[in-house]
Amino acid sequence: MIQLKNVNKVYEDGFHALKNINLTFEEGKLNVLIGPSGCGKTTTMKLLNRLIDYTDGELTVDGKLISDINPIELRRQMGYVIQSIGLFPHMTIFDNVATVPKLLKWDKQKISKKVDELLKMVDLDPEMYRERYPHELSGGQQQRIGVIRALAAEPKIILMDEPFSALDPISREQLQDELVRLQKEINKTIIFVTHDMDEAIKIADQIILMRDGEVVQKGSPHELLTNPINQFVEDFIGEDRLRQARGLPPMTAFVNEDYPSVKVTASLDAAIHVMVDKKKDQMPIVDADDKYLGILSLYDAVKNRDSEIKELVDESVIAYRESAEVEKFVASKETIAPIVHEDMTFIGVLDQDQLLEVLHEQIDQKSGVTS
Amino acid sequence: MKLIQEYIEFWEIRYENIFSYLLEHLTIAFVSIIFAIIITVPLAIGMTKMKNERLKQSIFNVANFFQTIPTIALFALLIPIFGIGFTPAVVALFLYALLPLLRNTYAGVESIDQGIVEAAKGMGYSTVQRLAKVELPIAVPYIMSGIRITTIYIISWTTLATVIGAGGLGDLVMAGIGSNNTFMIFTGTALAIILALTVDLIFGIIERRLSVSRG
Repeated sequence: MIQLKNVNKVYEDGFHALKNINLTFEEGKLNVLIGPSGCGKTTTMKLLNRLIDYTDGELTVDGKLISDINPIELRRQMGYVIQSIGLFPHMTIFDNVATVPKLLKWDKQKISKKVDELLKMVDLDPEMYRERYPHELSGGQQQRIGVIRALAAEPKIILMDEPFSALDPISREQLQDELVRLQKEINKTIIFVTHDMDEAIKIADQIILMRDGEVVQKGSPHELLTNPINQFVEDFIGEDRLRQARGLPPMTAFVNEDYPSVKVTASLDAAIHVMVDKKKDQMPIVDADDKYLGILSLYDAVKNRDSEIKELVDESVIAYRESAEVEKFVASKETIAPIVHEDMTFIGVLDQDQLLEVLHEQIDQKSGVTS
Repeated sequence: MKLIQEYIEFWEIRYENIFSYLLEHLTIAFVSIIFAIIITVPLAIGMTKMKNERLKQSIFNVANFFQTIPTIALFALLIPIFGIGFTPAVVALFLYALLPLLRNTYAGVESIDQGIVEAAKGMGYSTVQRLAKVELPIAVPYIMSGIRITTIYIISWTTLATVIGAGGLGDLVMAGIGSNNTFMIFTGTALAIILALTVDLIFGIIERRLSVSRG
């Protein structure tokens, strides 16, 4: 576990880069530091491997004060992945991945086994890639090597500084998926810096949103999406993502209260008359207290003109509580959705045209088409 | 035909002389360049780690200053200190070699992608390890190309060393001018050119070898 207590960083020229940072990075979690450029997210990350030293406060790793650990030793215990990948161009893929194990003077066979294992983990055939040079690989493959290079010495902590932002969108998506999968396998404490909210939401266990050297909000992606604490957080997350996170409105938003209903005591002829008049082929039937009973279909009614309504009511068509999520209806195969109060009093039916419209809007937003 | 015959005869009589001039020429050029490499390459590498910008600039200014003195004047200026002959010639050429070597080595190490340096730092290389295992191997092709260019300059400038009695192919040319002997002028010039081209070729091959497989 990594803990920052009232950490400050003031540069010699007086620039206050980090202001009273209090953070906890739990073991085995993927923590994402995010914020606009200059917010201090990279600075915060670099405090951890002492590429930058803080000026005030306390930073501990597993209870040990970081300033008491030799920076070179410390760095060898932490994986480090950077945006520009930084593979060594004069070394083969094998030598690149083996960098830290070699610095730690691991046994040769152990190194060789580890490198092969890591290459397989990111779907690169060791036979084929071990002896290649970085420039012979695509950008996505290079950053895969960058990632496994950071894993080679089995560090407990991995620092990733915008590792995927220089990649093309397809490679980026792939590597994000792989990271999430890897994280489940290897269970490291990852500190991941990005400015891409989609990326953060996709991969994070904890998101730490920063601005001007301060932590504005931290929490799970769900917490940030459903409960942004201020306008800045909302703006940074973006209107579209917030709306999507909220999902579809409940049934009440779509209720059509003008939809006709008929009391079960009425005559069948009267019911048929109402349906024909209002051009409906299905009609909710209610009891004397307006409580929902079931659906009468025009087809059944016309076919069995001599019957009474109560004999023809299809009670298998369930009604939805007004507070229910509209997704439930979307997922069912019903063609009509009666909506009722908690006490089963009939309110109306779901307006399917309106629902369709809202659904269309959402689909358009997801595919990026503006209407 | 007669001309060629005469030229062959010229070589038959003079070849021992010519070769000793050639040897002298090579010795002067290479002694100066080797001294220059020994001094500038470590200096330039040290400068890339130097935080003091003003000191760095002063070193470049000194090297630059020597470069601006006309070659023939520099030879003359050294006579009161070193007399005439081999020593002042080597000193002068050494001073000329400083700037191109310093600049190329410095630029070579400096031009290394900062991402690579940061990755090396972040993975726990010490400064010395980083220099030996990462920075120098990457910078070697740049450093080699600096050495190559400088050597070619120096071979050409060595021709002027004759004015302070250091010998070399310049002697052949000067003697040719003195005695109006076209063969001598031609031979001196041609050999200086061939020498420069050969060195360029050899160094070029070494440079390519060193930068193989790194894209």
